[in-house]
Amino acid sequence: MSIWLDQNSVVIVQGMTGSEGRKHTQRMIGAGTRIVAGVTPGKGGQSVTFEEEPVPVFDSVAEAKEATGANTSVVFVPAPFTRQAVIDAVDAGLDLSVVITEGVPVKDTAEFVDYALQSGTTRLIGPNCPGLISPGRSNVGIIPPTISGPGRIGLVSKSGTLTYQMMFELRDIGFSTAVGIGGDPVNGSTHIDALAAFEADPETDAIVMIGEIGGDAEERAAAFIAEHVTKPVVGYVAGFTAPVGKTMGHAGAIVTGSVGTAKAKKAALEAAGVRVGRTPSETASLMREVVKGLS
Amino acid sequence: MDGVGVDLFEYQARDLFEAHGVPVLRGITARTPEEARAAAEELGTDVVVVKAQVKTGGRGKAGGVKLARSPEEAAERAGEILGLDIKGHRVETVMIAEGAQIAEEYYFSLLLDRSTRSYLAMCSVEGGMDIETLAVERPEALARTEVDPLVGLDQAKAEEIVAAAGFAEADRAELARVLVLLGEVYRENDATLVEVNPLVKTGDGRIVALDAKVTLDANSAFRHPDWTAYADESSDDPLEVRARAKHLNYVKLDGSVGIIGNGAGLVMSTLDVVAGAGEDLPGQPRPANFLDIGGGASAQVMANGLDIILSDPQVKVVFVNVFGGITACSEVAKGIIDALGILGERATRPIVVRLDGNAVEIGRHMLAEAAHPLVEVRETMDDAARRAAELAAAAE
Repeated sequence: MSIWLDQNSVVIVQGMTGSEGRKHTQRMIGAGTRIVAGVTPGKGGQSVTFEEEPVPVFDSVAEAKEATGANTSVVFVPAPFTRQAVIDAVDAGLDLSVVITEGVPVKDTAEFVDYALQSGTTRLIGPNCPGLISPGRSNVGIIPPTISGPGRIGLVSKSGTLTYQMMFELRDIGFSTAVGIGGDPVNGSTHIDALAAFEADPETDAIVMIGEIGGDAEERAAAFIAEHVTKPVVGYVAGFTAPVGKTMGHAGAIVTGSVGTAKAKKAALEAAGVRVGRTPSETASLMREVVKGLS
Repeated sequence: MDGVGVDLFEYQARDLFEAHGVPVLRGITARTPEEARAAAEELGTDVVVVKAQVKTGGRGKAGGVKLARSPEEAAERAGEILGLDIKGHRVETVMIAEGAQIAEEYYFSLLLDRSTRSYLAMCSVEGGMDIETLAVERPEALARTEVDPLVGLDQAKAEEIVAAAGFAEADRAELARVLVLLGEVYRENDATLVEVNPLVKTGDGRIVALDAKVTLDANSAFRHPDWTAYADESSDDPLEVRARAKHLNYVKLDGSVGIIGNGAGLVMSTLDVVAGAGEDLPGQPRPANFLDIGGGASAQVMANGLDIILSDPQVKVVFVNVFGGITACSEVAKGIIDALGILGERATRPIVVRLDGNAVEIGRHMLAEAAHPLVEVRETMDDAARRAAELAAAAE
């Protein structure tokens, strides 16, 4: 098992005909992901060939789903068109839509997240995220499939490169699923969503949660862990050195006043019984101890 | 226009309010005492208010808001306020605004609420004061109402807000009308914050926005070509301005270890690991900057980044920390070698490099082949951070 994504995931690429979509589709197919269709409004009936296999393009997600039985999409369309692409995926009733696009207006994200939550059918991940990988089963997004193989750790992170770093540190143990939820102020799935899913997944033994400055998602996740998570959780928080009021790249990573500091997040996680590492490698060591204790 | 939010000056926000029909008072900007005098004359009211235009709160307490009863006095007050330093913001512009007879002061804001992934309206019959203090000391006096992003602040929601805030029945209809207009300002301008403190009732019973604070979402700039008018580099570090021109995500800090990495999370982590490694060393070296070269960075981007960082005289050593996902380590290595070639003798400071991930073997091999005397490759992030901190401490 794994969370949200497995060998039965049948995937549509929204924006497959663009250069980003084409490049990453190639990579995902190489990683064994079952890509069955692309969607680009106005380009229905065309196809794009990967490794000598033509992949059909449809005008809408609903048509692509109807023709192929897909249940998942990954969105690479440019930011101005992302809102409509996600609404198309939700309207088609997909189980999962993973939005890689960065630079999406926060109003558009607030609206399509609201729309997906009201639909009750489609889980969104992202935007501005690397996607998720269930190693050996499927890979949707841009996480390199070669960093780590399958195993029994679940990982959730806002940051893409910290996801890669932590997977690399723990490649000797491996992952059930690693999910990057994205660094924007509004995310389709939260740390808590991932924690709940890992808690319920019989093939995940322990969870590593990576947070960063800004907002109160980590504090809320800490409260959730204290109440609902019985599996061991190891944490890491980035941004201790970030000055107040300065944006550090992600739209989400900004410290305003005393709320959202790395120190406050670390304290909240530790109060919930989460062991928090000072560096990615120390965090990996803590996880290694945890895993040793489980066997 | 990079980054999360674009804060507007009060006069810019006031103009947006006016464009959407929100009742505001007349105001004219001035950059000299003489302009302030002319503005007061043009307004022609008995009393004017001279208000510092700075993108920070607490300007009243800092002496940035003063009354004047004649054009001469307006010029004098402007002379006092222009050039003031308010929490690190130098006052370059004042707004000369009409004076108002204030009967009551209220508070209103509409903002993005990350916790609920929705919008939040906050409203109080007690405005004018520091709202953070009110929220802590008397939270019951601040009505919080969730606003559905797909619906927005419509008439029904506005009525709900003014009722929750406990306004007198007689004032509710007009307040709700103004709130709907402020909701339009928020929605149509892709704002993440619209705040009015104070929203007032005047002596003659009108509801007026006496202050205006707006933050726009930088990601939405593509659909607002007119936002170029809001570009404001006055308060930015010169290196930050130079970096932005090269589309680099750079933030200047105070330390001596220059940092280049890929991905905001990994770069933030790199800053922390360097600061941690420096704690026990003489002079406690700290990071000199944040620089994220992003996903799929080319050799040119790497070279541009290195050039910016080596322009910072405080930098004693550079730490390049890359985990290649889309970014190929071979491109990073090429960028380092190219930049050192271009900089020639101007490159005098050591560069510690840690590479992992995509094309790491090629990247490391390229650096080994080049064997540049300033470049030192370390295997792990922690080890490289420690080495960079040591070199910085030794250079002090």
